Amino acid sequence: MAFDENDNKLWLSGNEAIALGAWEAGVTVASGYPGTPSTEIMGNLVKYDGVYGEWAPNEKVGLEVAIGASFAGVRAFATMKHVGLNVAADPLFTASYTGGRGGLVVLTADDPQMHSSQNEQDNRNYAFAAKLPMLEPSDPAEAKVMMRTAFELSERLDTPVLLRTTTRVAHVKGVVEKGERVATASASLEKMPAKFVMLPGNARMRRAEVENRMIAARELAETLPENRIEQGSGPRGFICAGTSYNYVKEAFPDAPVLKLGMVWPLPETMIRDFAASVEELIVVEELDPFLETHIRAMGIDCRGKDLIPDQGELNSFIVRKAVDPDSVGDIFAPLDLPMRPPNMCAGCPHRGIFYGLSRLKEVFVSGDIGCYTLGFLPPLSAMDSCVCMGASVTVAHGMSKALGEEGKGKVVAVLGDSTFMHSGMTGLLNTVYNESYATVIILDNRTTAMTGHQQNPASGKNIKGEPAHAVNLEKLCESLGVPRIVVVNPHEINETRKVLKEEIASPDPSVIISRAPCVLLPEMVKAKKPVYCTNLDNCSGCMACVRLGCPAISWHPLTPTQAVDRGYKKKQKGYAEIAEVQCNGCGQCAELCKFEAISKREEN
Amino acid sequence: MKQSGNILFSGVGGQGILLASELTAYAQLEAGFDVKKSEVHGMAQRGGSVEAHLRYGERVYSPLIDPGTADILVAFEILEAARYLPYLHRDSAVVVNTQKILPPAVALGKMAYPDNILDELTDRGINVVAIDAFAVAKEVGELRTANVAMVGAMSNFLAVGPQAFLDVIDEKVKPAFREVNKKAFKAGRKLVYHN
Ligand SMILES: Cc1ncc(C[n+]2csc(CCOP(=O)(O)OP(=O)(O)O)c2C)c(N)n1
Ligand code: SF4
Ligand code: SF4
Repeated sequence: MAFDENDNKLWLSGNEAIALGAWEAGVTVASGYPGTPSTEIMGNLVKYDGVYGEWAPNEKVGLEVAIGASFAGVRAFATMKHVGLNVAADPLFTASYTGGRGGLVVLTADDPQMHSSQNEQDNRNYAFAAKLPMLEPSDPAEAKVMMRTAFELSERLDTPVLLRTTTRVAHVKGVVEKGERVATASASLEKMPAKFVMLPGNARMRRAEVENRMIAARELAETLPENRIEQGSGPRGFICAGTSYNYVKEAFPDAPVLKLGMVWPLPETMIRDFAASVEELIVVEELDPFLETHIRAMGIDCRGKDLIPDQGELNSFIVRKAVDPDSVGDIFAPLDLPMRPPNMCAGCPHRGIFYGLSRLKEVFVSGDIGCYTLGFLPPLSAMDSCVCMGASVTVAHGMSKALGEEGKGKVVAVLGDSTFMHSGMTGLLNTVYNESYATVIILDNRTTAMTGHQQNPASGKNIKGEPAHAVNLEKLCESLGVPRIVVVNPHEINETRKVLKEEIASPDPSVIISRAPCVLLPEMVKAKKPVYCTNLDNCSGCMACVRLGCPAISWHPLTPTQAVDRGYKKKQKGYAEIAEVQCNGCGQCAELCKFEAISKREEN
Repeated sequence: MKQSGNILFSGVGGQGILLASELTAYAQLEAGFDVKKSEVHGMAQRGGSVEAHLRYGERVYSPLIDPGTADILVAFEILEAARYLPYLHRDSAVVVNTQKILPPAVALGKMAYPDNILDELTDRGINVVAIDAFAVAKEVGELRTANVAMVGAMSNFLAVGPQAFLDVIDEKVKPAFREVNKKAFKAGRKLVYHN
């Protein structure tokens, strides 16, 4: 097709462009942990020749792997979502001191609006706090080019460089120009203890280097092509970066703009000159007043968060309305409609566990992050807390210590296999070591489903889908010292309920491993599954199956007359029906129905 | 030819919105436009409301369609057409699939699926074209082509001709599904006569 062949032009998402940019920049080793909106970078990067890429069990591990590769002299790359950088913050802050040998770039993908996240933190603050240069692209084309710049800066200044994206860069598709891969450095062992061994004596020396390099970075920022002034007319001048730049360009196409490609450190002279050239200086940025605060600290007066919202995403409408309210017309008001939140899939194994928990009203369910967090929503409504990955186990332990005898049989933790590998294991070690009774349920669906089905150390495959060692969860828990370990098939809903009751009541720490594959795993999608159907004549309208919340089952309310017309008792309030095209054949509803109204469809 | 435009796709996770918006984007690229498209992955794909924003023009900066500026809304489900009313203006065209997918509160019997909700759009002077994309898909013999039938119907509202879409299908769809998707596109296109 003409478009592709023309001048090497490609149509890529920001994440695909970053993978291409990493490859072109000569990245040799990359490690990351999935997290929206960063996940597709690693998945795409491993498709290129000459790059080693992997899924690490968590972000700290991923960043340390990249640091090691940099110490060995090659260009290295770590990817994660914004909250992942909290997990990796420990190595990040000290790698700032060591620098590396090969270039080291750390990608943080922020999620303003929290489309798929538990908080809305602004990771530009990490650049300031860890004293690291940070680049921020506005679209996929820039993202690709900036990968190269980031590695050049990293090597020139001997520092890790942060590259920040947001959802509206990572998951935006745009036209990207393909380039060539640079020559890659070859790895070698070189001992540089004064630089790599961060004991106080060495660290104090490196500490000074950090400040020197930031002075150099500040100077460099003045001439970096990624920072540029776009001339314009009118009294207002805008300073912006990342996706906010796009909104300013759409809202005020003729205004002068200072576009920052490097958001830390800032080019002070450039900003000062720009400020002097306009009547009113307005900083447009999503989330925190990061640029604004540092521009004000230079003694430059500007407007910013007094106009622009400090929560959620922006768009050009919001920017126009904030800056020039009279210029926007009326829009249609939204209609009052039933919401459509996401739901666990038909046949999801997690549903069996949450159904059981939803029947244990007095139990506090300390939850975690994954597809199963949807167990919070009605009708299951069986999750009582969710903080960050791995916190289910530790929060449950803390509660049980606070509650003492009172809490026995009332506290349970629930987390997925990937989350257990990520940071649940250490919590479980603590639960056993410091003796508490909280029961931990590991939902082993053989994958990291939430973020799009990545492999993990328990799934038996590596990032390329090749066979890899699968950790044995039972043996792992056993060696952590857990005295009671039970494996259940969550689709066997009555047995699962029984096990839940017994284990939660037990005074010893115990682990329930709920084992059944996610229905969206490719092998499950391909597998031939039974289909369940409703025998409407037998339905008594008891709603037992409806309370599972399976999206394939819907409830049809009836008036007394309609009930009688259908041959039901007059007082029957309605009937349940399975949409057979949606059914994934888990059988949970059939086990719950006491009236033989749900049965496996016989093959014909 | 119209020099720029905003096309909004909406529906329920799993309905094939990504492919539909992708085909449309490539057809616009073929026509020589700059194109940006924004989508949300992650949580939104588990049966929740999903949307994709597509903007084309000589040079597109923002990947997001502003409220009140969608020229075309391609909605794969009735409620998901009504939900995006704030994005529309009086001259918007809405191509909507007449399928109803019950949101959880309705499936649980807690709320009713609103009747005649599309009247809310037509009452405001918006041009609403309702089509049964599933019937089209059934007719061409592959249920999974309903999304491409929707693209066919929508294509009537674009200056770029049908050939660009057919070329893109040839280029982007797996060989085994090419012919049936082209059929679905053509059948969808025929459902709407637009001048
Ligand atoms: C520190 C951190 N890293 C990454 C994420 C993104 N994330 C959310 S849930 C999840 C994994 C879920 O996998 P699993 O625990 O196996 O549950 P499943 O979705 O398969 O049910 C990830 C990677 C996050 N929220 N926090
Ligand atoms: S993707 Fe898998 S784990 Fe997630 S809700 Fe669906 S079946 Fe459950
Ligand atoms: S068997 Fe029942 S619960 Fe399982 S997917 Fe089918 S309808 Fe849903």
